[in-house]
Amino acid sequence: MEALLLQTLNGLDKGGAYALIALGLTLTFGTLGIVNFAHGALFMLGAFCAVGMNELLTISTKVKDESITFFDAYKEVPILEAKFPVIGPIIVDYSVPLAILITVPLMLLIGWVMERGLIRHFYKRTHADQILVTFGLAIVVQEIVRHYFGANPIPQLAPDVVAGSANIGSWLGMSDNVVYPWWRLIYLVFALVIIAATFAFLRFTTFGMVVRAGMQDREMVGMLGINIQRRFTIVFGLAAVCAGLAGVMYTPILPPDYHMGMDFLVLSFVVVVVGGMGSLGGAVAAGFLLGILQSFAAMNVFKTIVPGIDQIIIYLVAVVILLFRPRGLLGRKGVMDA
Amino acid sequence: MTNSSSKTSLNNFLLMLLVTGVVLAAPIIFEPFGAGYPDLLQRFAIFGIFAVGFNILFGLTGYLSFGHAAFLGVGSYTAVWSFKLLTMNVVPAIFFSVLLTGLFALIIGYISLRRSGIYFSILTLAFAQMSYNLAYSVLTPITNGETGLQLSLQDPRILDAKNIAGGLPNTNFFGYTMNQTNTYEFFGTAYQFNVGYYVCGVVLILMFYIAMRIFQSPFGMMLKAIKSNQTRMKYTGFDTRPYLIWAFVISGMYAGLAGALLSITDPLAGAERMQWTASGEVVLMTILGGVGTMIGPVLGAALIKYLENIFSAINTGELTRMLSWVPEGMQDFAVSTVGLFVGDGWHLTLGLMFMIVVVFLPGGIMEGVRRIARLFSRRKAGPVEPPRATNIATAGEGGA
Repeated sequence: MEALLLQTLNGLDKGGAYALIALGLTLTFGTLGIVNFAHGALFMLGAFCAVGMNELLTISTKVKDESITFFDAYKEVPILEAKFPVIGPIIVDYSVPLAILITVPLMLLIGWVMERGLIRHFYKRTHADQILVTFGLAIVVQEIVRHYFGANPIPQLAPDVVAGSANIGSWLGMSDNVVYPWWRLIYLVFALVIIAATFAFLRFTTFGMVVRAGMQDREMVGMLGINIQRRFTIVFGLAAVCAGLAGVMYTPILPPDYHMGMDFLVLSFVVVVVGGMGSLGGAVAAGFLLGILQSFAAMNVFKTIVPGIDQIIIYLVAVVILLFRPRGLLGRKGVMDA
Repeated sequence: MTNSSSKTSLNNFLLMLLVTGVVLAAPIIFEPFGAGYPDLLQRFAIFGIFAVGFNILFGLTGYLSFGHAAFLGVGSYTAVWSFKLLTMNVVPAIFFSVLLTGLFALIIGYISLRRSGIYFSILTLAFAQMSYNLAYSVLTPITNGETGLQLSLQDPRILDAKNIAGGLPNTNFFGYTMNQTNTYEFFGTAYQFNVGYYVCGVVLILMFYIAMRIFQSPFGMMLKAIKSNQTRMKYTGFDTRPYLIWAFVISGMYAGLAGALLSITDPLAGAERMQWTASGEVVLMTILGGVGTMIGPVLGAALIKYLENIFSAINTGELTRMLSWVPEGMQDFAVSTVGLFVGDGWHLTLGLMFMIVVVFLPGGIMEGVRRIARLFSRRKAGPVEPPRATNIATAGEGGA
């Protein structure tokens, strides 16, 4: 029973990341009609925003080390801690949540630049061309990040206050030994909040209404006199922000490295296809579903029946769904059925 | 077809002559570029075969598959198992690799080709990742997981004579060992002629010829028709699935052959060959060279492998030497900026090149060559619509 609960939480956690990335991907695919292979790179950029923020906050200066007395030794101390002995360490400790503050504007900017500079010219080209050019862009972004941050994963730490584990066993009436890391619970809640915010934005604002209309029939919206082009740029920025936020908060769970974009890209496409290309609810549902499936498949119970099932379960599910229900779980009939 | 058949066969003959000449004389031709050594030439040939096969699927039918790396891997593993179980002679290895990869491609193609377009691409992507994960961790008795499949002294090579001498035997083609290199000196430069390279080269010439015949056959025309309008084809009564499956299987077999040759020249098979990003590499090669053209993919493969080996070997010291003509003050700046694109950063160059080709020159190198040729030719006047990377080469252009 405990194992089941833990794995469900693990699955929801991972699923949250998948759902957020897939949400951005579906937004661009449903609204703009663009297949964006650089979306994984946006996730990776978000994660590296956290790394960058950490480096920014820990710009250090040399301070005399009092503990060594026989010669003059200096140690590196972050300026924030040196100048503000009380608040400084707290700020440095909270570098990951604070990174959200720079991630949102930075990802918006990157999304805006990507859309205006490159994606805009590919609306009329075939899907294969879009795939190829965004794949190329993903490689370029990956290499630039690798050049500046190096090829090794750079672990980021969650703030100290939440670095431990929550005693969920006692909340749910189970034994006291059932624990789960606080940060992962926070991540799950965070992902749900962002997803809810995006849905609320799309449902309750005029802009959201235009975007939803554009997803249904882009040409018609243009013919009604609405400047869909500018809306597209903002939608792309929004998708980039979703991916970036997913990345930034995921850093304590998975140390960011330059290759994580490509790894998550395949999974996010599989999620989008299972959920239904163009269906936002489907993308989110499929994200959580596949996350849970992957976690359950990693349990020993299933591994003994079919060894290695955890590696391939997602792809198997994708193949089955693509063959028997090509519009995905919640896709609309007639959209990309061929 | 606007060309008369005799003109086409003359074109074909000249093309084959050119290709044969270049492949056979490659150790001499490429030596001045620093690319004349056996390992690199073997890679040119092997990835040329891979790209030509991929072009049969992507160039003719327009279906973008990300799963060909899996076929490369299957080919490699089969070849190494043939070396372990049967004999060090390369012929059974090639035979079994192509056979097994063809079967594998048949299964994957049968399932994947039930959908088209972006769904097909994602299906092949899913299969490639699945194969990679299986090879890496689940099927380790067969593939030996991370360490890769290697030869060992205890292998029961049934068809070979007993190995009395110590040390691992070499792959051979009826007695000629693959890594035997004869070096000859002409006019002060040493040229290396390697048996392994010539085996790969002859196979390349053969496969190129086969691909050329496929392009110009009625089968090839059906595939081009599928690319241009599949729905209309279905309305006129043609069942497109068998053609697509055959094209997929054939291109898969090419990939398996390339994988087998990789193992023949270096008897080691690793799982990282099967990752989908390796499929991305062959897509790059084909696009760079020119989708749908004959020579394009081979050129693209050669260029990318050349850049991979030569560019990535240029470290800071070499770079400083190469840029020694730059004035003093600018030298450090020049070295550090160009240094971003060579050595470790050559992937960056590759990505940028790829983007530039897809944005500005979707027809690849061959498109560039055609445009330059058009500049010099005064017969055609007026603008011509530039082909897209995924557009069909017109029926009249049966040749390069």
